[in-house]
Amino acid sequence: MTDAAKDRIQQTISENDVVLYMKGTKASPQCGFSSRVAGVLNFMGVEYADVNVLADEEIRQGIKDFSDWPTIPQLYVKGEFVGGCDIITEMTLSGELDKLFDDKGVSYSRDAADKIRAANA
Amino acid sequence: MAITPEEIESLIREKFPSAKITITDIAGDGNHYAAEVIDESFRGMNRVQQHRAVNAALKAQMEGSNGALHALALTTKAPD
Repeated sequence: MTDAAKDRIQQTISENDVVLYMKGTKASPQCGFSSRVAGVLNFMGVEYADVNVLADEEIRQGIKDFSDWPTIPQLYVKGEFVGGCDIITEMTLSGELDKLFDDKGVSYSRDAADKIRAANA
Repeated sequence: MAITPEEIESLIREKFPSAKITITDIAGDGNHYAAEVIDESFRGMNRVQQHRAVNAALKAQMEGSNGALHALALTTKAPD
């Protein structure tokens, strides 16, 4: 990872409460895993910055090194790495994601989260 | 490039000799797998730490765009 990539990632996760590093954009995801996480955040009404790693080779590799995590998507909340698609899915269904957002002061729709859980029960 | 479930299991097994490991080929193409790893060493670790530990065992297979292991859906936990 270059210093420039590291600085840019650090700046992005400092300046935005919630950041999703993904393939594609929140409006147009280019991978099923990215789509799933963006879909959860969109549905729950979470405000987040989306970073399209496909548009930026330096960040595409840089974020993997930065997080010590081999895959995309990657979710950051208040500067902390939360996880990838599997972890976010598990946390959504268990209610841990709600708790994380509550603890970190991130606004979201609990009704929407409950609907996701009801649909996957 | 494909990888067999047995190869994945043995890579994980090297690092977690007494784990309960279940590998499922989710797409039937030898590329997309789900792995469940249940191991005592995960106790006290959060999910990110647990996944990092398993990923470390598979690092060589997941690196780069030509890695043999294209997608691995991972579930980890300590035994109940």
